[in-house]
Amino acid sequence: MARVGLSGNYAIAYAVKMADVDLIAAYPITPQTTIVEKLSDFVANGELNAEYINVESEHSAMSACIGASLTGARVFTATSSQGLAYMHEVLFMASVLRTPIVLANVNRALSAPLNIWNDHSDAMAERDSGWIQFWASSAQEAFDTTVLAFKVAEETRLPVMVNIDGFIVSHTYEPVEMPGEDAIRSFIPSKAMLNRVSPRLSYSTGVVGPPEYYYEMKYQAVDAIERSRERIREMQATYNKAFGRDYGDTYGYFMEDADYALLTMGSMTGTARVVAEKLRSQGEKAGVVSIRTYRPFPSDILERLLRGVKSVGVMDRAVTPGGPVSPLLADLASCLYGFAERPVLQGFVAGLGGRDVTEDEFEMMYSKTKDAGKSGHAGQTVYVGLRE
Amino acid sequence: MSTQYRTMKDVPKEEYLAQGHRLCAGCTAATAIRQILKVSGPNTVVVSATGCVEVATSFFPQSAWRIPWVHVGFVNSAAVASGIESAMKALFRKKKTDEKVNVIALGGDGGTFDIGLQALSGAMERGHDFVYVCYDNEAYMNTGVQRSSATPFCASTTTCPAGKFSRGQSTEKKDLVAIALAHNIPYAATATPAYPFDLMNKVRRAIDVEGPALIHVLTPCPTGWRFEVEKGIDYSKMAVLTGLWPLYEVAKGSMRLTVQVPRREPVKKYLEAQGRFKHLKPEDIEGIQSRADLLAAKYGLGPVKEQV
Repeated sequence: MARVGLSGNYAIAYAVKMADVDLIAAYPITPQTTIVEKLSDFVANGELNAEYINVESEHSAMSACIGASLTGARVFTATSSQGLAYMHEVLFMASVLRTPIVLANVNRALSAPLNIWNDHSDAMAERDSGWIQFWASSAQEAFDTTVLAFKVAEETRLPVMVNIDGFIVSHTYEPVEMPGEDAIRSFIPSKAMLNRVSPRLSYSTGVVGPPEYYYEMKYQAVDAIERSRERIREMQATYNKAFGRDYGDTYGYFMEDADYALLTMGSMTGTARVVAEKLRSQGEKAGVVSIRTYRPFPSDILERLLRGVKSVGVMDRAVTPGGPVSPLLADLASCLYGFAERPVLQGFVAGLGGRDVTEDEFEMMYSKTKDAGKSGHAGQTVYVGLRE
Repeated sequence: MSTQYRTMKDVPKEEYLAQGHRLCAGCTAATAIRQILKVSGPNTVVVSATGCVEVATSFFPQSAWRIPWVHVGFVNSAAVASGIESAMKALFRKKKTDEKVNVIALGGDGGTFDIGLQALSGAMERGHDFVYVCYDNEAYMNTGVQRSSATPFCASTTTCPAGKFSRGQSTEKKDLVAIALAHNIPYAATATPAYPFDLMNKVRRAIDVEGPALIHVLTPCPTGWRFEVEKGIDYSKMAVLTGLWPLYEVAKGSMRLTVQVPRREPVKKYLEAQGRFKHLKPEDIEGIQSRADLLAAKYGLGPVKEQV
């Protein structure tokens, strides 16, 4: 297994190359661009035998990916922020048309004001689009998750989004262990899927679904992502076994005996861990839970993992203006609501538009979470580091 | 050399658009598509933009398409076609398929002139080997006759109605073929179903040419233009004979008029029986006649017949 220094974006590009994709359709946007630049190089140098379509917009990128995927080709695209938002209507079509597209979304704040830095508002705005969403928090995870994404997409016939934090993961160089291309190919064999636009079949795809049928057609995609839960776990286990990894839908740190914990997604998991270690050395029973598979939401695992925990601080890098609480907190709250014994949930919004979240701020979040557990009720959502 | 369609004997008997679709009685878009598919044959995939043809031919659980057919959205038929064309090319090159298909993208005037223009421009500029067909009924007919940028000057629609302070559409129709040719594509043409052999020969050439080709088909609409349902082909013909719809093609940069009109009909004949032009005053008709005269001069049509 080769060990090389790669940025998160390059790790994804190498995974896509090893997957031997047939087609890439992409439009440049910061901080995603170095993924597709690298892939363009691979194609230009003959290292990757694929068609690269320089589309004129992200709307067309996703549309071309759907068309390509219908032919049975393995397809990939990458985007960020406004690009993902521009794909919005087409994302919903991709999931119900059951096109197994892999999309790398390098998370970036949504305008306005214009901001190229990291937060999670782009992916959160698409959480109801019917896409499987994975979140990776390092270059290594970005590589592994992208390979896994092709497997999951093609086995479940659903599109998969791989999220990495803009700049923090996308542009940071880390050592990445890459298995050989043969090993990757045996995990995701390079063969065409059913060609749904073949004259041998003459299918009509993307028909009008009147009220008598729309409901069932939509439900098939809903059911597919529900059913993907078990399949994803099996495929993760196969991947872990083949490549010596330890991935699950969630990641728990010190959760065996934690009294209180922070729930995170993406790169903030790292800082949460460092601060948890510090608190542990001071005798505090702090823990960290990070979600890797955000859609389908791992409700069952979270319920088990958080059983006996007094309070959970939920860190959102996105907001739901005017909503009851921010998106990740809302998801966790609704998944735990049905249980008689459940932790107190304290909401935090942090790091919008690339604002750094410091260790001191993490300590504050742990402390507020602990207080909420002690008092038995949470306070208002805390906007961490906001200058008022 | 492309196959030539000269008489009915040259036209394949096979029908790839099944009868019983839900398009309006007298719809000439259906006629045009029937003619197009006879040329393309069964080894073709059609990508439809949202619009009249799409909703009326694919109402689940029925489909009028006897060949592979795809609809994704309103904006993106050219982009979806790009993906299909490129992916099929990659799969063939990588020996993952032995199939090669004709790719036809289809859009109405709204899906082509307005909301889909960017996707179309991108696909033409990138040089995909596909045929784009715009069936132009000169307004958003599917949603109830709202104006588009293909609606002709003075036509009354539900969003540019004629009224005390309005004479209907206040702007001229965009020149779609000129827009397409600005992308240096190898083939572009106008057509209309009243001239089936002309239309079919153009489709043949568009498919045979390497790279993007565009055919702009005028498809008179009894519902939106407000005329008798049996008159669609008459209006299709009259548009050509008045000079308002010159039939030509531009192949590798050289323009050729494909249907000669030695003596033009006055535009009045075309306009007066259509409900959308009922409100026109003589000076409006004169204005439209001048426009037809300009087109005639540009494309080499003859003078207007002497009026009896």
